[in-house]
Amino acid sequence: MTVQSPAQPPGTSPGRPRTAGVDPAGQTAPDFVRRSPVGPRPTWRRRLTKLDEKASPYAYVSPFFILFAVVGLFPLLYTAWVSLHKWSLIGGQGNFVGLKNYTDVLAQPYFWNALKNTISIFLLSSVPQIILALLIAAALDSGLRARTFWRMGVLLPYVVAPVAVALIFSDLFGDRFGLVNHLLGLVGIDPVQWHKEVVPSHLAIATMVNFRWTGYNALIFLAAMQAIPRDYYEAAMIDGAGRVRTFFSITIPQLRATIIFVVITSTIGGLQIFDEPRMYDQYGLGGADRQWQTLTIYLYQLGWTQKNFGRAAAVAWMLFLVVVLFAVVNYFVTRRIASKGQR
Amino acid sequence: MRLARRTQASPTAYVFLLVVLLASAFPLWWSFVIGSKDSAAIVRDPYSFVPGGHFFENAATVVTTVPFWKALGNSIFVSSTVALLVVLFSALAGFAFAKLRFRGRSGLLVFVIATMAVPTQLGIVPLFIVMSKLGWIGSVWAVILPSAVSAFGVFWMTQYLQEALPDELIEASRVDGASTLRTFWSVALPAARPGAAMLGLFTFIATWTNFFWPFIILDPGNPTLPVALQQLQAAYFVDYSLVLNGVVLMALPLIVLFVFAGKQLVSGIMQGAVKG
Repeated sequence: MTVQSPAQPPGTSPGRPRTAGVDPAGQTAPDFVRRSPVGPRPTWRRRLTKLDEKASPYAYVSPFFILFAVVGLFPLLYTAWVSLHKWSLIGGQGNFVGLKNYTDVLAQPYFWNALKNTISIFLLSSVPQIILALLIAAALDSGLRARTFWRMGVLLPYVVAPVAVALIFSDLFGDRFGLVNHLLGLVGIDPVQWHKEVVPSHLAIATMVNFRWTGYNALIFLAAMQAIPRDYYEAAMIDGAGRVRTFFSITIPQLRATIIFVVITSTIGGLQIFDEPRMYDQYGLGGADRQWQTLTIYLYQLGWTQKNFGRAAAVAWMLFLVVVLFAVVNYFVTRRIASKGQR
Repeated sequence: MRLARRTQASPTAYVFLLVVLLASAFPLWWSFVIGSKDSAAIVRDPYSFVPGGHFFENAATVVTTVPFWKALGNSIFVSSTVALLVVLFSALAGFAFAKLRFRGRSGLLVFVIATMAVPTQLGIVPLFIVMSKLGWIGSVWAVILPSAVSAFGVFWMTQYLQEALPDELIEASRVDGASTLRTFWSVALPAARPGAAMLGLFTFIATWTNFFWPFIILDPGNPTLPVALQQLQAAYFVDYSLVLNGVVLMALPLIVLFVFAGKQLVSGIMQGAVKG
């Protein structure tokens, strides 16, 4: 009788895709410590077993922690150290200069330009993407025939590398012979300078991001939608609520945790965007007048073109702060928007 | 009870999804169309949706312009190694977190979860310094090592094993006198296989499509596919028939993978797989 019971392996909770709040540590593990094995005298073998049970958990988690310390945590912290020095890609560490790298960078109009571009591209890609993903999820959740086909269909762009996506869309958004301008021309719109003007270039780059991630996020939302108890909807329908009404007053509030999660992850990824703007033209500077130069491209230029690691590290730290700041702000904004329907 | 609500989708839903599907597939089709024409044909009729007959000719040019086979080999090696290492390390740590008891367990697990949100990509400057000290610049190991660790992977395997592996099995294995490593190998790992396969699949794709760090650290003569694609663009930006031919060549392996494993990807995301 169930037309759309989702195929889920045992023990998964689709309603809460990877929310950090769920703490698996809260559950109990088998009690190795209390129950002592049989035998009155500690034999050599028993001592070995005891050592195994005491020590090996640390051995098992250590590859992760050691490697993470070396390639994740240390570089991130050491970035701060580098940023306080004169430091060149070739010459290595120079004098301690305090906050000079930061004040130098902040005095550059290019930094503020890159910050502005990054935020603009981020907003243009995340807001429409989440709205569209919610709509697609709602459509996928509506008792379709050939369910798997549709689900796979929306996910297809995910397997295309951002670099490849950027090259395809760079052609589609060609200023002179691009297909998009051609189609706009058919409905009487003048050609847009996608590679010259600021806002159009941001739109084109945002389109690449949306192309790759909308379907992916739709599937996350779909999983969460299927976890909403169906009797909520039945009750609402008995009360005479239509589909649109139930979408806004049941679905959206119920998806709150998931929406927050998606917004936070796309904030962290989106503000570091590099591949798409880097590949939007062959020079990789983010446009002749840096129209679409993002912070990560700027960081790359400082570090590997100008060979100034000190300043690059300063930008990395500031970008880190921007990411954290945006994640926190987005958390509160999303929480408010998503809970509005409940009142 | 999940009947009643909507047993049948409305035609609007189908039409809407059809549009979404076309938008998903069209750019790929378009790169095949352009990539199979010669540049003269593109100039003559730039907006035709019909492929031309020059695909293999263009492909021959692409694979000689950039070190394509080298890049393909590197991408396969790097992505497989990273996927294998991430799965192994995550399964080991996940097993300990989910099923073993030790001091500091919950604290360490909270740490793992917290690091999931840390943009470690921003540590590239010191990472580059470290790699140059190690003499690894230009080596694929410089790409493999930083990706071989995934906080999400540990979190995912912990959750998976918690649910897929009954405590009784662990206990039984212990009573039989098996060491914890033995228990991991012959009890936990088999139970973890579906979750591990999914983690491996997503890690493989994320590594395959990764550009930023490989672009910084690898030499032009020894690239991965995305880096080779950047070289192709630098060489032929104006000639889209070659650039987009390269796009098709490089997208093809993952599209084949998608055909076979797309269903698993869908259910993996719906169970909570993570980006990147």
